[in-house]
Amino acid sequence: MLSSILFCLLFGAGAVFFYLQVKKIRRNIFLGKAITINDNKSKRWKTMLLVAFGQKKMFARPIPALLHFILYSAFIITQIELLEIIVDGISGSHRIFRPYLGGFYTFMISLIEILSVLAFIATITFLARRNLLKIPRLVMNELNGWPKLDANLILLAEITLIIFIFMMNGADEVLYQRGASHAINTGGNSLNFSISQYLGPALYSGFPDGGLHVIERIGWWGHLLMVLGFLCYLPFSKHLHIVLAFPNTYYSNLNKKGKLSTLDSVTDVVAPNFDPSYQPKTDPNNPTRFGVKDVQDLTWKNLLDAYTCTECGRCSSSCPQNITGKKLSPRKIMMDTRDRMVEVGKNIDFNNGKFVDDGKSLLGNYITTEEIWACNTCNACVEACPVNINPLEIIVEIRRYLVMEESQNPSELTNMFSNLENNGAPWQFSPSDRANWINEN
Amino acid sequence: MNSTPIKVPTMAEMIANGEVPEILFWVGCSGSFDDRAKKITKAIIRILNHVGIKFAILGAEEGCTGDPAKRAGNEFLFQMQAMQNITVLNGYGVKKIVTGCPHCFNTIKNEYPSLGGNYEIVHHTQLVQELINAGKLKVSGGEFKGKKIVFHDPCYLGRANDVYEAPREVIKKLDVELAEMKRSRANGFCCGAGGAQLFKEAEKGNKEVNVERAEEALSHQPDVIAVGCPFCNTMMTDGVKHFNKEGQTKVLDVAELIANANDL
Repeated sequence: MLSSILFCLLFGAGAVFFYLQVKKIRRNIFLGKAITINDNKSKRWKTMLLVAFGQKKMFARPIPALLHFILYSAFIITQIELLEIIVDGISGSHRIFRPYLGGFYTFMISLIEILSVLAFIATITFLARRNLLKIPRLVMNELNGWPKLDANLILLAEITLIIFIFMMNGADEVLYQRGASHAINTGGNSLNFSISQYLGPALYSGFPDGGLHVIERIGWWGHLLMVLGFLCYLPFSKHLHIVLAFPNTYYSNLNKKGKLSTLDSVTDVVAPNFDPSYQPKTDPNNPTRFGVKDVQDLTWKNLLDAYTCTECGRCSSSCPQNITGKKLSPRKIMMDTRDRMVEVGKNIDFNNGKFVDDGKSLLGNYITTEEIWACNTCNACVEACPVNINPLEIIVEIRRYLVMEESQNPSELTNMFSNLENNGAPWQFSPSDRANWINEN
Repeated sequence: MNSTPIKVPTMAEMIANGEVPEILFWVGCSGSFDDRAKKITKAIIRILNHVGIKFAILGAEEGCTGDPAKRAGNEFLFQMQAMQNITVLNGYGVKKIVTGCPHCFNTIKNEYPSLGGNYEIVHHTQLVQELINAGKLKVSGGEFKGKKIVFHDPCYLGRANDVYEAPREVIKKLDVELAEMKRSRANGFCCGAGGAQLFKEAEKGNKEVNVERAEEALSHQPDVIAVGCPFCNTMMTDGVKHFNKEGQTKVLDVAELIANANDL
């Protein structure tokens, strides 16, 4: 009874805390400009199924893809066991599903145990890749500090969770063999779970019943606390991708990657020169800034991108400028965007729901012009992202701000612009000479 | 190279003669003004002349599509250029366009429609493939037969527009050994020119992008690095020079391969 109350209190507190954080994340995402993405629904579902659920783009790099897929499927399938933990926790029962599901129950828990062992191996490999092998994309400068700790914490939590699972099942197995388990005896002298029927006796056969019950409970409560802890930690971690990968891929850009957006506010200025009957598309009484200086100038999709980023660095490790030692790192663009968005969100919380100018902005305080001007717009980062994040859009939007609002661009580009304006070509040639090549040898 | 003079009618001339071209050849700024790229333009012209397709260019009425301005963030300048070009193209009732440059191709294809310019558009490697498939252009390997060729994907043809096969199919018709770099197709590695980088110095780093890419291409010890973009051509040519390999490895456009091999 007491444990049921404690369970409900803990579970409720975790759920409420998570809900409040989700509300903040939602609010922060919608700090971005409103855009409508509701076309082509069937293609969107298909993209989400393939890219998020099926992890199609991960398999461009097969080894991490396989390891990640193990963790992913272990995570999803373990949720079934969590369901039982919740029911047991509330009702005070023990393995309540087992008598009803019979062989299917044994199969599911056995599958979870096998996936847990594989996940254990995958997690150790991931830790080694980050901390011993130092895979280049996992040790870049932008990961110093919190991002690196965040990645390691989650991996350590995963290992702890797996240990709890085997403490729970292993101790319960030995107890069941002795006829002392709280699980309803359905005959046989083993729970018959794939791993713990061997691991349990190997580890715990020397323990007395009382000790085993303690170990089993530590495993059970530990499992639950890890799950609740993970839930509360998620909103502050790059691991939010496990949820946001789904909406983010649903709202993917379905156009050709080469297409950049058309700025309607610019068309409204330019088009009347060519078509006197042109009707403006934007509200002249509500002018917006050209391009992007701060997170509020981005769209909600850009901000969803930022929260979805799990800092894997596939973008930066395929960026030609990053590979050749330039400062530009598409991953950093996404991390900066998220960090600034979170900062703006805290500012709003602190000032009772209104943003008070803090003299900072995404461009300048987070992202430098040196990074912005290095981009080749080659779309390698966009192609590489396993969850369809688009760092290029943010880079181009910041360029628009720099050029059209601040007239700040590398001086060679000023020459290119004036040539274009005066000669219709980026170089200093007369437009009347455009077809001279015909008669040259 | 064939010494027959090339025939290059302009749209204005054609209309004056009461003729309507089947396709407009969008030459582009590089193809018009850059000495190296002019050779690519002429190779395309020789192919068009050879198959007898009715085409025209805009000549002095053509202006930059606005690609470098747009990628550099100057949307005003881009839209000015775009609307000028669209006015000219729509004025002539242009339906189909072939470009010699993936940047022009991408801009007209993807960014002109929302400003009122809607055309069927192909890159020259796609047109050549169409002509070969339709039996209008017969190609043999000529001087390139048995040679080793690597194809460098232009970002604005490949990743930007998912055109990977047309240039490869055309090259294969030359009876050559087509080698693939590790970073090819969707994983292709930029030459370093896109995004208006061609017009400015690179930021501080430890290597030039084109040197990195040329090194990768040269590791296959090819006779030819084939490209489909005048910007890539410039960058790869410089990259090959960086390694003093211009004696062994040529940088040629797919159109030049076809025109040269078949003495068009």
